[in-house]
Amino acid sequence: MNGPLLRLNGIVKQFPGCLANDHVDLTVERNQIHALLGENGAGKSTLVKIIYGVMRPDEGEIIWQGENVTIQSPAHARRLGVGMVFQHFSLFEALTVAENIALGLNDAKDRVGLRDRIVKVSTSYGLPVDPDRTVHDLSVGERQRIEIVRCLLQNPKLLIMDEPTSVLTPKEAETLFTTLRRLAREGCSILYISHKLDEVRALCEAATVMRLGRVVAHCTPAEKTSRELAAIMISAELKPASERRPAPVGGKPRLVLDKLTMRATSEFGTSLQSISVTVRGGEILGIAGIAGNGQGELMDALSGETLAGKPETVLLDGVPAGHMGPYERRRLGGCFVPEERNGHGAVTTMSLAENAFLSAHLRGALVKLGVIDHRKTTAYANSIIHRFDVRTTGAKAMAKSLSGGNLQKFLVGREVLLDPAVLVISQPTWGVDAGAALAIHEAIIALAGEGAAVIIISQDLDEIFLLADRIAVIAAGRLSEPVPVREATLERIGLLMGGVSAPGSDTAHAETPTAAVETAHA
Amino acid sequence: MLSLQPRGYISTFWSWGSPVLALILTAVISGGIFAFMGRPPILTVYTFLISPLFAPDGLASLAVKAAPLIMMGVGLSLAYRANIWNIGTEGQFTIGAITAGGVALALPDAPAWALFPGLMIAGLAGGAIYALIVAWLRTRFNANEILTSLMLTYIAQYLLVYLVTGPWRDPEGFGFPQTALFSDAAAGPRLAEGSNLHLGLVLAPVIAVAASLLLGKTVLGFQLRVLGQAPRAAKFAGFVENRLVWLSMAISGGLAGLAGMFEVTGTQGQLTTNISPGYGFTAIIVAFLGRLNPIGVIPAGLLLALTYLGGDAAQISLGLSNAITGIFQGILLFCLLGSDVLILHRFRWRPRQAAKPKGATA
Repeated sequence: MNGPLLRLNGIVKQFPGCLANDHVDLTVERNQIHALLGENGAGKSTLVKIIYGVMRPDEGEIIWQGENVTIQSPAHARRLGVGMVFQHFSLFEALTVAENIALGLNDAKDRVGLRDRIVKVSTSYGLPVDPDRTVHDLSVGERQRIEIVRCLLQNPKLLIMDEPTSVLTPKEAETLFTTLRRLAREGCSILYISHKLDEVRALCEAATVMRLGRVVAHCTPAEKTSRELAAIMISAELKPASERRPAPVGGKPRLVLDKLTMRATSEFGTSLQSISVTVRGGEILGIAGIAGNGQGELMDALSGETLAGKPETVLLDGVPAGHMGPYERRRLGGCFVPEERNGHGAVTTMSLAENAFLSAHLRGALVKLGVIDHRKTTAYANSIIHRFDVRTTGAKAMAKSLSGGNLQKFLVGREVLLDPAVLVISQPTWGVDAGAALAIHEAIIALAGEGAAVIIISQDLDEIFLLADRIAVIAAGRLSEPVPVREATLERIGLLMGGVSAPGSDTAHAETPTAAVETAHA
Repeated sequence: MLSLQPRGYISTFWSWGSPVLALILTAVISGGIFAFMGRPPILTVYTFLISPLFAPDGLASLAVKAAPLIMMGVGLSLAYRANIWNIGTEGQFTIGAITAGGVALALPDAPAWALFPGLMIAGLAGGAIYALIVAWLRTRFNANEILTSLMLTYIAQYLLVYLVTGPWRDPEGFGFPQTALFSDAAAGPRLAEGSNLHLGLVLAPVIAVAASLLLGKTVLGFQLRVLGQAPRAAKFAGFVENRLVWLSMAISGGLAGLAGMFEVTGTQGQLTTNISPGYGFTAIIVAFLGRLNPIGVIPAGLLLALTYLGGDAAQISLGLSNAITGIFQGILLFCLLGSDVLILHRFRWRPRQAAKPKGATA
């Protein structure tokens, strides 16, 4: 047969407030391992969900083996020969491997002789799994094999892998690559989603790079250096230095992390590995990184939601605080804005006044003898609403009645007005409109101007370059040495984000292809 | 076809309309069951739900049965608000009755002014400490409190059987499984001379009001509400979940123990093998019917108390088994849980057609 296996022409997918795919073209040849490369939010997931029939495009055509098709559902996609391995597995822990696979089959008659076929497929592709083991007892790598075997049983012609190595150890990743190469040789094309540059260069024959919903390049990864790929992938534009406020000098250290190490608390979590950094008063430290590299864990470790083993690993204004919970850390001047607004930073079913009370009752002195001081609480909520121009009907309004941007302004305002010594904000302007983003940025800069130490954890490089005095990158639970923003280049930050941990001046080839994959496999 | 659509918000109307709808549905369904049994449905429902109110001493009996239900329902509504599922109030009630009964038996000659407060403390402490076993198992071993609190209920009941048939059996009781009668002092003050209207009848609504203030006005109540609605936000605020588990188990267990104490000292006057017609389990229905609102628990407790009187009335005047109390309560809880769907959803007619798959977010 001739012609490409899959061709997408002008795919458009619009979400409220965001054009996820803007006339995307993609061609996957037969026997090809094709990389889909891009930052978070570039539109990769939307695109593969369209290919796998989870979503339908608003515009554009899908040409599968030369025929124009409308993919109705994942079941339809599987019948066409498209298989997908998701980043997070959908397995029942209490069931055996064979039972799990049987549950995912389209047709009951496929269950006949299933055990034998599992053994046959898994051994022939070097993916040994015992069909009678209970999933509960298996490692993450073994669980991924079940998902792959589940796909292979349907004889797919295209296998979509969504960031498969993010949960694997380097050795497991190596094994996976061998399998994928073999699959490609034997006629199953692979669409490989990743942001890990070295991995893509080692494995993939072709790459489509996406940025902000658009395809920005088609290229052959092996012919590019990691630096070149990073430059294509990253979208920030440097602001001229003259617009920036002068970098602060010689503030006292307000937040010190000293070899902060923390094991992942969940299966898909990231362990923090020996993170050391000092943030001084008046300084804004930006922490860049691609989602899922330990940002959430770092935020929890800073806020005290997870406790560090040794008190000295976290110093708040010179006081050892690693063993302290959120309440005691607030007493020392720590204020925090978590990434997730709904149910974490705010209780959506409670009023704004109650949400103001949630984290501000200690520093705002809103309690009298164990009783909520309603007058002061309402006054505090109103002052946030006025100072930050929160569009709402008033302090009695439920948090969930606010738009995302307005609630974010309220939550940032709640912490900023508490006169923090250290403010940590994760994704300060996630899902926030331009006006609200500006207000939040101004508040952050003003707070640093008053002598607070501010840490911004963000995936938005524009924002980091705009606000930060120094930039560090978190990748696979490690934090890079912070560099002053004037010395930070997109290339350097991009390489660090892509998991190339030694951005020396010579070459980016020093790292092994799997260096990026050392996520915590604890 | 009829389909259920998410409203996307909480309907205030149906939050309170749902118990009313559930009650109407329950009356209709139980009427249907009576009709199936060959009984006149309207008369039977009337006998069950209305006639007890007009019986001599009807309202007094209602209050005596409602008091323990309200006390326990209030404690449960606090715990359930925090997503802490104590369903072992029956056991905590039993232990409260045992500890208070034990003190009363040990001190038959104590004066009322000293004995009665002592009994209240004994009941409260017995129930609370028994509930704290559940808190300990959850915070120490991460054991599910639904299972442990239920299992401890059976242990409490067998402990009671052991005591009243063994070491605590009344030597002059002709071998009946019961203890000696408590002293008059143990019965406490009466609201009317010669009646069985004990102090708990006044205390129950007072406790409900106090719990309502606790929940709405204090930091502790706020912490319980946040833990129930957004556990992650509770953690963010620095509220210690384990501490709240200990506290809400102690409160709900303590109030159950107090209810047990009033029941055996105030109305029964001795310990027997069946001191409770399932008050502890019925209190769970009371808490939900009262919308986990301590004030709402008062009418809910009165209604469920009525089902006990109704069971007796149906047995006496219609010759029906008083098992219909349990059947009625079961149907009521079932209908309530079903009606609660309307708080978050609404019914819509939709032409029969394949639903368009809704796109997930990127």
